[in-house]
Amino acid sequence: MSGDGEHTTFVPEPEPSAFRLIATLGVAGFLSGLVLVSSYLWTKPTIDANKAEAQRQAIFQVLPGTADYETLALQDGQLVVSDEPGQEVVFLGRDSSQAFTGFAITGEEPGFSDIVTVICGYEPVEKAIIGYQVLDCKETPGLGDKIIRNEGFLANFKHLTVDPGIILVKNGTRKQPNEVDGITGATISSRTVVKLLNEAMAKWKEPINNYLQEHPEIKKRNDE
Amino acid sequence: MQEFLKGLWRENPVFVAVLGMCPSLAVTNSAINGLAMGLATTFVLIGSSLLVSMLRKVIPKQVRITTYIVIIATFVTVVDFTLQAYFPDIHKALGAFISLIVVNCLILARQESFSSKNGLWRSFLDASGMGLGFAFALFTLGSIREVLGNGSLLGVSLFGKAFEPWIVMILPPGGFFVLGFLLLLFNWSAQRRKQHKIQPA
Repeated sequence: MSGDGEHTTFVPEPEPSAFRLIATLGVAGFLSGLVLVSSYLWTKPTIDANKAEAQRQAIFQVLPGTADYETLALQDGQLVVSDEPGQEVVFLGRDSSQAFTGFAITGEEPGFSDIVTVICGYEPVEKAIIGYQVLDCKETPGLGDKIIRNEGFLANFKHLTVDPGIILVKNGTRKQPNEVDGITGATISSRTVVKLLNEAMAKWKEPINNYLQEHPEIKKRNDE
Repeated sequence: MQEFLKGLWRENPVFVAVLGMCPSLAVTNSAINGLAMGLATTFVLIGSSLLVSMLRKVIPKQVRITTYIVIIATFVTVVDFTLQAYFPDIHKALGAFISLIVVNCLILARQESFSSKNGLWRSFLDASGMGLGFAFALFTLGSIREVLGNGSLLGVSLFGKAFEPWIVMILPPGGFFVLGFLLLLFNWSAQRRKQHKIQPA
């Protein structure tokens, strides 16, 4: 039988003052801010070094034989040696005997799910792409992301001429040196890569040619 | 010890409590991703549980959730930076889901229902049990999906080139399939345990 005595009357705790609430949140926010700033400062050098290293490795990979490179920035349609951040840049590769190996060019283009970023090696004498690597891509795993490491697709970029423009053809029908064998099941991603390369070439071919004409010594060193 | 063990199996956050479904489905397309996500979550869970338990008498009830979120978010951001600096590949694979640990209801649930009422040691046991249980669940999901969908485990190819991968398994639907089968398995084993108790041999 439940008697009145069994009911415990609910006594509300005294409300803490508004000041106490604000102070708690303020202190929490302040301490959290301190932790965040210090961990940001602590990890930033390593993160930056990682990014730079990833870029270096990519440049060496798309320009075979490269041991060193210069950063060239586009300023008023002209290429200038400059490695200030925040500019549009290409990389001029040199091998261990300082001979010219080609240009490394990056490009981005929206793919099936997100922006695809690619770096490619460009040989301006033969006007051909000689290397290719995907830097960033979130394409569908198992389908679109074949553009990263599908061997048949990568083989397209060992020597792909860029004149009069790169054309995507059905898988297994590549005949011309400017055609790319697409990937079955990754049509949109393959198309993205081709569009990206064409646009990168349209943008950089002229400045690169002009630069090489102004600096004939770059190519000459190879002929000697 | 009970506090530690319950999270691993009997009250497993994924297979029994069905908490934290978003990362469990989204990042378990390979064993290593599942494991990394699980361990990152474990770290955040242990860190915030300890802090919440320590401060449980200082934090006024009215602002507790906000304070918990600030604490959790701080730990998550630290994990985010650390992974980016020392494990850039894993960070790239997990992408936005690292920052989304903040809103993993498993973590907030443990603060609200356990750490805010229990002492440091018990909170630590509870958090590590739950965290490792979560990591175990994600690793299991990831392993099954990687084996079926990519023919490999932890990146090592198992069946050679002739194997035609079952791609749907590493796509989002595969996450639901595998999770469904594992939940089935867990419920079935729980039921059998119950029956066993009722009619002892």
